[in-house]
Amino acid sequence: MDTQNNPFAFSRRNFLRTTALASGGMLIGFNLFTACKPEVTPPVDIANLNFNDFNAFIKIADNGMVTIFSPNPEIGQGVKTSMPMIIAEELDVPWEHVHVAQGILDTRNYTRQVAGGSQSIRFGWDALRQTGATARQMLVNAAAAKWGVDAGSCKASQGVITNSNGETLGYGDVVKEAASLDVPEDVALKDPKDYTIIGTNAVNVDIDKIITGKPLFGLDHKAEGMQTAVVLRPPAFGKKLESYDDTETRSVSGVTDVIRFGDKVAVLASNTWAALKGKKALKAQWTADGNLENTEDHDKILADILDGNKFDVRREDGNVKNAFAQADKVLERTYESPFLPHNCMEPMNFYADVKPDKIHLVGPIQTPAGTAGRVAELLERKEEEILLEMTRMGGGFGRRLYGDFVMEAAEISNLAKKPVKVVYSREDDMAAGIYRPAIKYRMAASIKDGKITGYHLKEAAINSNMYGLIPNFFPAGCIENYKVETANYKSNITIGAWRAPYTNFLAFAEQSFFDELAEELQQDAVQLRIDLLQNVKGTTDERIQYSGQRMEDVIKLAAEKAGWGKAPEGVYQGFSAYYSHNTHVAEVADVVLKDGNPIVQKVTVAVDCGIVVNPTGAINQIEGGVLDGIGHAMYGDLSFKEGEPTATNFDRYRLIRMNETPKVDTYFVENGLSPTGLGEPGLPPAGGAVANAIKAATGQRIFKQPFVNEIGKSNTEVLT
Amino acid sequence: MPSYSLQVNGNSITVNADADTPLLWVLRDELNMVGTKYGCGIGQCGACTVHVDGTATRSCLLQVSSLEGTKITTIEGLSEDGSHPVQEAWKELDVPQCGYCQSGQIMTASAFLEQNPNPNETQIREAMTGNICRCASYNRIEKAVALAAQKNS
Repeated sequence: MDTQNNPFAFSRRNFLRTTALASGGMLIGFNLFTACKPEVTPPVDIANLNFNDFNAFIKIADNGMVTIFSPNPEIGQGVKTSMPMIIAEELDVPWEHVHVAQGILDTRNYTRQVAGGSQSIRFGWDALRQTGATARQMLVNAAAAKWGVDAGSCKASQGVITNSNGETLGYGDVVKEAASLDVPEDVALKDPKDYTIIGTNAVNVDIDKIITGKPLFGLDHKAEGMQTAVVLRPPAFGKKLESYDDTETRSVSGVTDVIRFGDKVAVLASNTWAALKGKKALKAQWTADGNLENTEDHDKILADILDGNKFDVRREDGNVKNAFAQADKVLERTYESPFLPHNCMEPMNFYADVKPDKIHLVGPIQTPAGTAGRVAELLERKEEEILLEMTRMGGGFGRRLYGDFVMEAAEISNLAKKPVKVVYSREDDMAAGIYRPAIKYRMAASIKDGKITGYHLKEAAINSNMYGLIPNFFPAGCIENYKVETANYKSNITIGAWRAPYTNFLAFAEQSFFDELAEELQQDAVQLRIDLLQNVKGTTDERIQYSGQRMEDVIKLAAEKAGWGKAPEGVYQGFSAYYSHNTHVAEVADVVLKDGNPIVQKVTVAVDCGIVVNPTGAINQIEGGVLDGIGHAMYGDLSFKEGEPTATNFDRYRLIRMNETPKVDTYFVENGLSPTGLGEPGLPPAGGAVANAIKAATGQRIFKQPFVNEIGKSNTEVLT
Repeated sequence: MPSYSLQVNGNSITVNADADTPLLWVLRDELNMVGTKYGCGIGQCGACTVHVDGTATRSCLLQVSSLEGTKITTIEGLSEDGSHPVQEAWKELDVPQCGYCQSGQIMTASAFLEQNPNPNETQIREAMTGNICRCASYNRIEKAVALAAQKNS
């Protein structure tokens, strides 16, 4: 598949509408989600559209200043900056004249919100450019009419329209007239070589607020009469609340109420500290309500699944069984990973004010529309009664896709008949997780006459398996006999999406395995991948997700920039490449030995995300993704004992810190293709690159995360 | 409820709070200064870092009753308009991703540079190691501390 052939074409008239403002400016409304989501059917009755159907606006004031109201959730991935840049480019205004404001997200009016999966830029590319270009054309048309000349003879640039006589009008001079014109059907988009904003560095639009500590996040939200609610939840998966004694809690000064809902108890207080203390003072009795599960049991269960034969076949090419039977050698390895919590720096929280006539919700959530619907269902209210406002999010990583904490806030406010802000302590946040599931992969490959003839991947996971596209990633299409199978064990431990779901671990397993295959074949690790990729080029299999050529290009760029094969004495390199979320990434890790311990010194990254909209933001995403990937591969570990997580705060749960971080050098392939996302794709290859470099440095192959528990073990110890 | 006189960002302030209330929650809940962030509550992540008499300190562990007579500076008081060299360096290098930990990072960096105006790379990495950035914007934090030192000199 080639993203240059954009499948997300749309008709502009379906989502654009303009109006004049009383203040003399012009307002252009557009439905970003209709425009960006290919599967959404645009409203048929265009004439009767009203502004309530729009969720993004461009306001052009009569002084030429432009305000772009961005409805997009900002979780640190930078779309609040990069998406308006695309509009401003085609509108052709100086970036300094653009102000970006967070659109209020009103679920009564904005009904098509989606977020996540590194897809915002990919889906938004056409729509945002068309929107900006249409507005520009309307301004040009208005100026042309004023001058009585042909619009085709006028040019717009940097907020100024010029005619063939050299006369000029600013955008602000013609907004009033432009607002009353028809929306043009066909507008020309810029040639990318003429871009003045896309491809230049734009600093995060919230930077001033962030560096001066202004209220911005959900936890910063306050309202008149608001109580802080801290919730006591069952301490283990598989336990329920039997009874509780709140005598001491009610004696804590500041505590205003104690409310049981289901198996949880909410402590309401006039301030956060009182609520936290009040919760600690609760004496609760819990009883078993299901399995109390242990990590040791999961280990055995997942290993048994891999040894068994109850799998769903997710993709099968050729005949793996025959290839393995005829092989000179079969290499088989098992890779293992633990549960991981998300650990957003801003713990889960949400504000709710449930009143008889309306429900006001405020806070950090990646899925506002779906969550509002669930709140309506829970409280048996109409969705139209809900107003949901989104705040900037102190990290998401997938955790804020789930609205469990919003439901809690709504339920407590409904019972207390007061506005409440639910606040999770760090311990609550880590213990009430929706975790990356523990997974084991078994990979096997057959070798015949120096070639890889078969590849068999089995996944055993807790609760759920890899999503449908993953079996069509590399090496699908590269190896003639290929099979992917999955199975899972149903646990009462909640699991969900965690930055680059499944591939965050699968990529490490797969790319380590290919490193070992290269060793086995006595081939260079980079060359082996390039050779394999030749087999997928020109494929007619539409299920194949990645491009052999684009993968080869990032591999070559990373190898060149890292000096692959030319590392100085004492520097050991490891290679890894992975495609996910429509972006191709290759990474080379440089490891040195310090007192015999492997230290990651540098990671060189080559990325193909098509056109880079905002290089400073893009580099930030890649650096963060790579270091996040290394950090969790090295240290991330959450075990369960009798249904309870064994770590609930950063004293026992280790996150990567500055003294453990390598330098990340990032390079982008320049191919002018439509842009794809960057929030996730930098992460998956990182663990494999580091593991392969550790192998080169120490001779030890790592089969299990976290690496820190494995480093120093001998290979025979691990493989027996 | 006892009351305490505090010096915060150059202002004398009286707050009513229980003696064991951490400065973090006094700042956020009583004084409406929410730039100081809650991350872990046990002094492990650094999101709540403020200056007490010029020293970078975790406000989540600091009881309000122990603070009379000290000078407290928060992110809101580091400069009037975001013009402290550390803030400027953070902006110039576009450091934040989600941004949540950054006020704590900036407070740690600014106190560190007061003590060591010309740090080398290793010293910067050691000094900033107590502050977790979950988005892992560490490369840029490191560069921004070095840039701020340069701006100062």
